[in-house]
Amino acid sequence: MAKPAGPRAARNSTSAKAAPAVKPSEAIAAEDEATFALRSLQQAHANNKRFDATDEQLLKFYEQMVLIRRFEEKAGQLYGLGLIGGFCHLYIGQEAVAVGLQSALNEGHDSVITGYRDHGHMLAYGIDPKVIMAELTGRGAGISRGKGGSMHMFSTDHKFYGGHGIVGAQVPLGAGLAFAHKYRGDGGVCMAYFGDGASNQGQVYETFNMAALWKLPIIFVVENNGYAMGTAVKRGSAETHFYRRGTAFRIPGMDVNGMDVLEVRQAAEVALEYVRAGNGPVLMELNTYRYRGHSMSDPAKYRSREEVQEMRDKHDPIEAAKQELLKRGITEDRIKDIDKKIRQKVVEAADFAESSPEPAPAELYTDVLVEKY
Amino acid sequence: MAIELKMPALSPTMEEGTLAKWLVKPGDEVKSGDIIAEIETDKATMEFEAVDEGTVSELLVAEGTEGVKVGTVIATMQGEDEAAAPAPAPTPAPAAEPKAEEADGPVGTEAKAKAAAAIAPKSTAKPVRDSEVPAGTPMVSTTVREALRDAMAEEMRSDDRIFVMGEEVAEYQGAYKVTQGLLDEFGPKRVIDTPITEYGFAGIGAGAAMGGLRPIVEFMTFNFAMQAIDHIINSAAKTNYMSGGQMRCPIVFRGPNGAASRVGAQHSQNYGPWYAAVPGIVVIAPYDAADAKGLLKAAIRSEDPVVFLENELVYGKSFDVPQMDDFVLPIGKARIVRPGKDVTIVSYSIGVGFALEAAETLAAEGIEAEVIDLRTLRPLDKATVLASLAKTNRMVVAEEGFPVCSIASEIIAIAMEEGFDHLDAPVLRVCDEDVPLPYAANLEKAALIDAGKIAAAVRKVCYR
Repeated sequence: MAKPAGPRAARNSTSAKAAPAVKPSEAIAAEDEATFALRSLQQAHANNKRFDATDEQLLKFYEQMVLIRRFEEKAGQLYGLGLIGGFCHLYIGQEAVAVGLQSALNEGHDSVITGYRDHGHMLAYGIDPKVIMAELTGRGAGISRGKGGSMHMFSTDHKFYGGHGIVGAQVPLGAGLAFAHKYRGDGGVCMAYFGDGASNQGQVYETFNMAALWKLPIIFVVENNGYAMGTAVKRGSAETHFYRRGTAFRIPGMDVNGMDVLEVRQAAEVALEYVRAGNGPVLMELNTYRYRGHSMSDPAKYRSREEVQEMRDKHDPIEAAKQELLKRGITEDRIKDIDKKIRQKVVEAADFAESSPEPAPAELYTDVLVEKY
Repeated sequence: MAIELKMPALSPTMEEGTLAKWLVKPGDEVKSGDIIAEIETDKATMEFEAVDEGTVSELLVAEGTEGVKVGTVIATMQGEDEAAAPAPAPTPAPAAEPKAEEADGPVGTEAKAKAAAAIAPKSTAKPVRDSEVPAGTPMVSTTVREALRDAMAEEMRSDDRIFVMGEEVAEYQGAYKVTQGLLDEFGPKRVIDTPITEYGFAGIGAGAAMGGLRPIVEFMTFNFAMQAIDHIINSAAKTNYMSGGQMRCPIVFRGPNGAASRVGAQHSQNYGPWYAAVPGIVVIAPYDAADAKGLLKAAIRSEDPVVFLENELVYGKSFDVPQMDDFVLPIGKARIVRPGKDVTIVSYSIGVGFALEAAETLAAEGIEAEVIDLRTLRPLDKATVLASLAKTNRMVVAEEGFPVCSIASEIIAIAMEEGFDHLDAPVLRVCDEDVPLPYAANLEKAALIDAGKIAAAVRKVCYR
């Protein structure tokens, strides 16, 4: 379940304690505590929750979220028709996370890396839906020439580094990308996404340690959608407040409502300011929800229809953005035009993906090694 | 009774050392824990502490003596309750042998000493060097350890994207001193100590390579790379293919591989066949210093991920290395180390030393063995192996590693599939025994390959 960010944030901010200073060791500990920004970002976020978007910005967020939703719906459809094979993990319900966070990045300069549920992050980084859909259908025109599939897609031009199928592997890889930014001194940051399930992998904590030790410019983003495949968070995690899990490594955490694109974007501003200033990593927990099963083959029997319906009806990020647009006086027609444009774009992507040829048989042997030996 | 102080072994592979400095003189009283002397190995200077209390009677090995064998009596002491009687006739320290002849091999029992000696090929014939080296190029005797360091340093000078990371690579100067001096020359930005966290730093290295840098990731030994094998295989090896050639991962994973000396099963395994089984990576396992240098330079320059398997037991061995501005060897090319007409012995890494020694023994019996060093395990140089088989019609594969699903298995399959008509006898493999490597000296020796086992297999395929 997505957790409301507000009450927890408040609870979190009350934990500063005024201990009567006695021993020098305690004084040192207190000073250490003061310089430790563990809670400061959460505080900054709690003080100013929502991004002050212009109408054009909000329209853009809306458009991107609708693109992801319609794209994923179409992918689900094509999967049902047998045009997409293997594993296919849809991002429906989580759109505000990728759109809100990545809208704050410098596209093509800052790096993004994620796990196997990667379509949304690619679309949010401006990658052409045609080549993504063609990869899903395993065609030569796909972004990985049909050799990667849904879980393994990359665009080095956009600085989107995948698309990784091993749960948690993208976390140290992302720290490596951040290491490269720092090594070159190019001012870039890496945003590394992973789920509540991946949060329990050991390599995540090995990475937290080194990222904090070396002050790597990285934002760790836990997309907490409530379920690690079929295991509810509380059944698989001793500490279900994932933003606290950086504490042992002195990584400040942020607890963010991932169902509101403006809250997400504002949180990203806070995190980026801290990371770009050379302070090292931030750990953000984005509380969100996936409407579909873990993958296309998951009937999602581990949760009730009512639970899903409740999220769809009351917390849908796209519907919320739409209501906000209407409230601002954007006309229904203008929103409908966007919807229509997106539908058209997705239909074109699907047509392209269905009609392009499969990879040439010779492609079987290409790209194994770069060089000839 | 006089207490004999013996030259200590300061590492599992130390055979001899230099008695750099005495810190006591005859007549001095010492207590347990006092530092008596400084001893130098090729890796480091170490302090030698007294274990017993008493009075130093006599120093038997002079300061500055090189090549003092482990176990040599270097001083005598009187126990604290004894009268300072004249010391018994001292055992003279054996004359130091030239260091280059010595393997950085196992210590201890006689059996181990023999095993160590076996590592050094006794061959007097000059190994055949690559055509890459112009005639008349001067050769410099270099240890494998230094050759590896030189390779990294030379490449780091010419490409600032290259950095080294791993456990103890910087301030400690390398657990096996392979990265000695790199921190001083290149600084902490490019020579990076990591926490003990192989999975994590292998992933960070792979990510940095994807992000455009050229990492060299050192594993203290490849046994520990088991923690990181997911990133070597799933992240580094497969991404280029999965991305349709878009995302490269030019990284070198390097470190010692295979059995060391008396370190037991968890620290003694050859992972060559594991990595060589996977498409998408290059796997290199050199034997001598020149190949170590030339191939490590090539590995660092490669656009592909490379697993570079070294061997602790040969780190301290010296070989001729061509003195050239830029000595780079081709990846994927085997080398005929010793030409012969009667039988082919295929090997790699430390096995090459045993194979050369076996070839010497066999030559005395009238069997001329051709020894091939594969050098690269993936891609495998089948052409050189098959050409040799066509010439000799008999083949033995010698591999310090498990026999099942080994490089030897692969070579035999190649001989069957592509060299069957040239075979006059079944190809035999000489590998370690199919057991986890035991600790006891006798059992360890029995489990590992040696020249005798190779020679016996050769006689068999020659029907002798």
